[in-house]
Amino acid sequence: MTPDTATSDTVTGALLRVDRLSVALPTRSGYHKAVDDVSFAVDAGEVLGIAGESGSGKTITALSLFGLLPHGARVTGSIRLDGTELTELTTKQLRAIRGRQIAMVSQDPATALHPIVPIGTQLTEHMRHHLGVSKAEARSRAADLLQTVRIPDPERALRSYAGQFSGGMRQRIAIAVALAAEPRVLVADEPTTALDVTVQAGILRLLDRLCRDRGLAVIVITHDLGVMSATARRLCVMYAGRLAEAGPTSELLARPRHPYTRGLLDALPHPEATGAPLVPIGGSPPSLGRVPDGCPFHPRCRYAQPSCATNRPEPEPIAPGHLLACPPDPLRAAVSEREAP
Amino acid sequence: MSEPVLQLSDVAVEYGRGGERVRAVDGVDLAVARGEVVGLVGESGCGKSTLARAAVGLEPLAAGRVTFEGHNVTHLGRRRRPAYLRGLQMVFQDPYESLNPRRKVGELIADGVLLGGGTRRDGLRRAAELLERVGLPETAVGSYPHEFSGGQRQRIAIARTLATRPSCLIADEPISALDASAQAHIANLLGELVGDADLGLVLVSHDLSVVRRVADRVAVMYLGRIVEIGDTNTVWASPRHPYTEALVAAIPRADGAGVLPVDLPGDVPDPANPPDGCRFHPRCPIAEESCREHDQRLAPVAGREIACHIRSRSAAPAR
Repeated sequence: MTPDTATSDTVTGALLRVDRLSVALPTRSGYHKAVDDVSFAVDAGEVLGIAGESGSGKTITALSLFGLLPHGARVTGSIRLDGTELTELTTKQLRAIRGRQIAMVSQDPATALHPIVPIGTQLTEHMRHHLGVSKAEARSRAADLLQTVRIPDPERALRSYAGQFSGGMRQRIAIAVALAAEPRVLVADEPTTALDVTVQAGILRLLDRLCRDRGLAVIVITHDLGVMSATARRLCVMYAGRLAEAGPTSELLARPRHPYTRGLLDALPHPEATGAPLVPIGGSPPSLGRVPDGCPFHPRCRYAQPSCATNRPEPEPIAPGHLLACPPDPLRAAVSEREAP
Repeated sequence: MSEPVLQLSDVAVEYGRGGERVRAVDGVDLAVARGEVVGLVGESGCGKSTLARAAVGLEPLAAGRVTFEGHNVTHLGRRRRPAYLRGLQMVFQDPYESLNPRRKVGELIADGVLLGGGTRRDGLRRAAELLERVGLPETAVGSYPHEFSGGQRQRIAIARTLATRPSCLIADEPISALDASAQAHIANLLGELVGDADLGLVLVSHDLSVVRRVADRVAVMYLGRIVEIGDTNTVWASPRHPYTEALVAAIPRADGAGVLPVDLPGDVPDPANPPDGCRFHPRCPIAEESCREHDQRLAPVAGREIACHIRSRSAAPAR
């Protein structure tokens, strides 16, 4: 139970704790694991980042927190929200928690909001359903929320429709809708991918502020490590449904130990870097049901050894709060070399 | 710099919207030489895609002119691209929509050769060569687009434009729809092609970090105008226009330092009602009263051109 102990050492009594979560999805060729033995925890007032390429299982992990998996999905492991085991709840019990305790902001603000229902109604129906407040009270809270996410002229915005706002404003409104029932955990799946950098900066600052001011626990899912660097205190890097590396963001980005984390960083155009071409990771991530034996990353790993093709690595603690699923640990030497004067 | 392969002079593009005319691009000058990558950046709604489409003849010009290798580029509408414009090609953003799903990859690429007067057999042979050039196996000629990932499809789309032996490519957000690792592959590929095939490339992107890596020169657009243009390293190292400064400061850095990127409040205004004076003044942190009145035009400052009289003034005594 190594992954278990390592996470509980660092975050005791976390608000949301996921332990050894596996999700198998039905396909034509039988069940395949989209999420395989993943553990993480997030506390109130903290931002946790989950990073990886498309197909790494990030979004399925997020959907499992809401019990919104495709029909027939098999879930094992535990998801505990403030002591409540979510995997054992009935659909009805889950419905009372979704939106109220844990809410989601999706990638595309254009589809997250209803096009022909006024913004005000979308904000207040949530509050009235979950919090049981009066119509007038909900209306005034909705205006306050829009103010919080910095929508100019909130009163007018309440009467407007999604199509009347720009992409960045729509994403702010989608965040306001997610926050309407005062959830304790906010899951943001690629919240800024569709937006311009200037707007992205505004959304990241907003998430950071909500986290500090309201003690919201935020899980940000993205492939962009730059976005993570700014907001997330801790980072989980996923590959082919498994945890490759997890630890403090500053540590992972400054001294990545998993070759996949290193690869993601090298593929990123670093603003300060000059001239040299980007270093992409060769190959592409395996699709569902075609995950290779041994370490799932070994066919693309430039440090792969013969043992990597057969032995499936488990995340092991290498420092307080730092997990690594790469027993050869080829970057350990590189790290100490770089640190030497 | 050598003779430009593509030259835009005082280009304006207008759209009709509910009876009013919206000027999406207003008075843009831009020149691209062979072997050069010009990056075109700006927030969505600033007119960069419209400018790109106008440059290849997909949008009618309201004013100004576009010349490619000495020929006027006019709006094609539904007409076939004339032979003298075949060297001017476009790579689109979404490789899921820009490839016909019912035709094999080899046929899609061979079209370019057939249009140039080659035979089908030539076309398929050239298709196999081009697929290898863009990093795909030549056996891909017999496959359909849906059998490939997003990054691979964008490679196919690029191979298709290369079939006409172009001298200038316009790529409109060619990597935005792709995964991080695939983005790096395609950005590198475009950079290599420019050197190998001696192409001119206009790279339209909202991702400044990528433009920074690939482009020799960068043009920053705001609300239909270029507000800063110059050598990429110069502009990046010391942006002078307040808008360029804001764009650069907004980029999150994956250094683990945990510094939040800087926000630029507000949105790009509606191009149907551009602000008076400098178009950036309502969002500009250094705006003065005079910015409301005086429209800004590009002027040389510190090794690049900017459209900001405040920064031009403050830089003047030092030079």
